[in-house]
Amino acid sequence: MVESADKQEPLVRIRGLRFSRGSRVIFDGVDIDIPRGKVTAIMGPSGTGKTTLLKLIGGQLRPSAGTIHVDGQDIHRLSNRDLYRLRMRMGMLFQSGALLTDISVFENVAYPLREHTDLTPSMLRKLVLLKLEAVGLRGARDLMPSELSGGMARRVALARAMVLDPMMIMYDEPFTGQDPISMGVLVELIRALNDASRISSIIVSHDVQETAAIADLIYVISNGKVIESGAPDAMMNSSSDWTRQFMQGLADGPVPFHYPAEELAADLLGSSC
Amino acid sequence: MLNSLARLGQVGIGILERLGRGHLLLLGICRGLPDLFPRPGLLTKQIYSVGVLSILIISVSGLFVGMVLGLQGYYILSQFGAEQTLGVMVAASLVRELGPVVAALLFAGRAGSALTAEIGLMKATEQLSGLEMMAVDPIRRVLTPRFFAGFISMPLLAALFSALGIIGGYFVGVGLLGVDDGAFWAQMQAKIDLHEDVFNGAIKSVVFGIVCTWIALFQGFDAIPTSEGVSRATTRTVVHSSLAVLGLDFILTALMFGD
Repeated sequence: MVESADKQEPLVRIRGLRFSRGSRVIFDGVDIDIPRGKVTAIMGPSGTGKTTLLKLIGGQLRPSAGTIHVDGQDIHRLSNRDLYRLRMRMGMLFQSGALLTDISVFENVAYPLREHTDLTPSMLRKLVLLKLEAVGLRGARDLMPSELSGGMARRVALARAMVLDPMMIMYDEPFTGQDPISMGVLVELIRALNDASRISSIIVSHDVQETAAIADLIYVISNGKVIESGAPDAMMNSSSDWTRQFMQGLADGPVPFHYPAEELAADLLGSSC
Repeated sequence: MLNSLARLGQVGIGILERLGRGHLLLLGICRGLPDLFPRPGLLTKQIYSVGVLSILIISVSGLFVGMVLGLQGYYILSQFGAEQTLGVMVAASLVRELGPVVAALLFAGRAGSALTAEIGLMKATEQLSGLEMMAVDPIRRVLTPRFFAGFISMPLLAALFSALGIIGGYFVGVGLLGVDDGAFWAQMQAKIDLHEDVFNGAIKSVVFGIVCTWIALFQGFDAIPTSEGVSRATTRTVVHSSLAVLGLDFILTALMFGD
C-alpha cells in the first residue's frame, strides 16, 4: 500500500478522464484537482454526470481512459483490499442518505466502527453520541430511519460518513429537496465540519447559491468537459456566457430554453402526432 | 433476415452475460462464508426471516396437500382393495416429490420474492453503494448470510411439509375413511427406505434451496434500481425459480430413481 502522498499535492488528481455509458459519452478528457482542506464544488446541470464523477473517485466505477489519484494512489489500480482500506478514509453522503433501514440511527452511525474497529462498547457509544451531537441529533439516536425527515436522514448519514474521521467527505446533492431550515443547517454543518476536522470536502450540486456560499473552489462541468473553474466570486462574474447563465440561473442563453425541434408553425400544421 | 440473426445473437449474448454474472456472484457469496463464523447473528437473523417466517404457509399447505393425497389415494387404492397401503402412497409421494417440490415453489413465492425485493430496494436506495463506500463488501455482508439461510432453511421446511402432509393423510385416511391405523404406519415403515426415499428427497430440497435462493439474490442484486425494475426482478424470481425447480426435479428424479 502506498503511504500518504505529499501534503502539497492535491488530494484528488483527475487527468484525461473518459467515461461512457453505452454510446453516451459522460466525460471526455476531464482534468480536475481537488485541493486538501478546502471545500470544492462540482457543479453543472442535471444529467452531466456529477454523481458518476463521485462514484469514479470512490472506485465504484471504472473509467474507459484517464487516471484518478486519491491521496497519491491510482484508485483504479488498487487491489480490492487496498481499495477498501482507502475507502475507510473516504466518507460519502448519498443523495438519499443511504441509511440501513433495518437498524436504528445509533446503530447506523456505529456500523462503520463495529465493522472496522475493536472499540469497547463504552468507547463506541461515546464516539457515536459525539458524532450525533455534532449534527444535532443525539436525541434521535433511538429512532428508526423511517421515522426521520429527509433533512434529519442526511444529517445522520453525515454523522456516519465522518465517524471514522476520514480525510475527505464527498457530498452527493446534499441540498436537493430540503426545506430552507434543513438546507441552512446542512450548509453550515458542511463548512463547519470541513474546518473543524481539517478534512477535504467535495460537493456535487446544482444548488448554486447554497454551494457557492461555502465553496472555496468551483468546477462547472457540462457536455463531458470542465467548462470553467475558479473561486465562487469569479465564477459569478465569469466572462463565459454559459457559466454566467448557469451560476445566475438565467432561463435563456447558450443553453436554450427550447429543446431542439422543427419550426412551431410547421409542427402545428403537420399531421403526425 | 440479418437483423433477426443479429437480434438473436444479442439475446444469446445477453443471456450468457447474465449467467456469467450470476456465477461470479455465487462465487463471491461462497467466499464470504468464513465471515459468518465470527458473526453467527447475521445468519440466525436471516434464518428467522427466510425460514421461520415461511413456516406458516409451508405447514398449512403441507397439511392440505396431505389431506388431498389421502382422499384421492383412498378412492383409487380402494378400487383394487389396496387401501391399507395408503400410508405408503402418501409418504412416498410427499417425501420423494411433493415435499421438496411444493415446498420449494412456496419458498420461491414467499421467501424468494421477499429477498429479491429487499436486495433490489437496498440497491435502489443506495444502501449497497453506501456499504461499499464504508469499505464493507455488500456481497459478503448482505448476500452471504441470506444465501446460507436459504440453504439451511429449505430442507427443514421441506421436511416439515412432508411430516405435516403425512399427518394430513393420516387424518383423512384413518380418521375419516376408516383405513386401519396399524396398517397405515406399518406399511409406511416397511416400504419407505431411508436412503432411497428420505435421503434422496433431502438432496432435492438442498438443491432447490440453493437454486431458489441464488436466483432470488441474483435478481435483486442485478435489478434495475427503479420501482419498475424491482417489480420485474421480483416476478422473474418467482418464474425462474419455479421453472428451475420443476426442470431440476425431473433431472434429479431421473438420476435418482431412473434405473
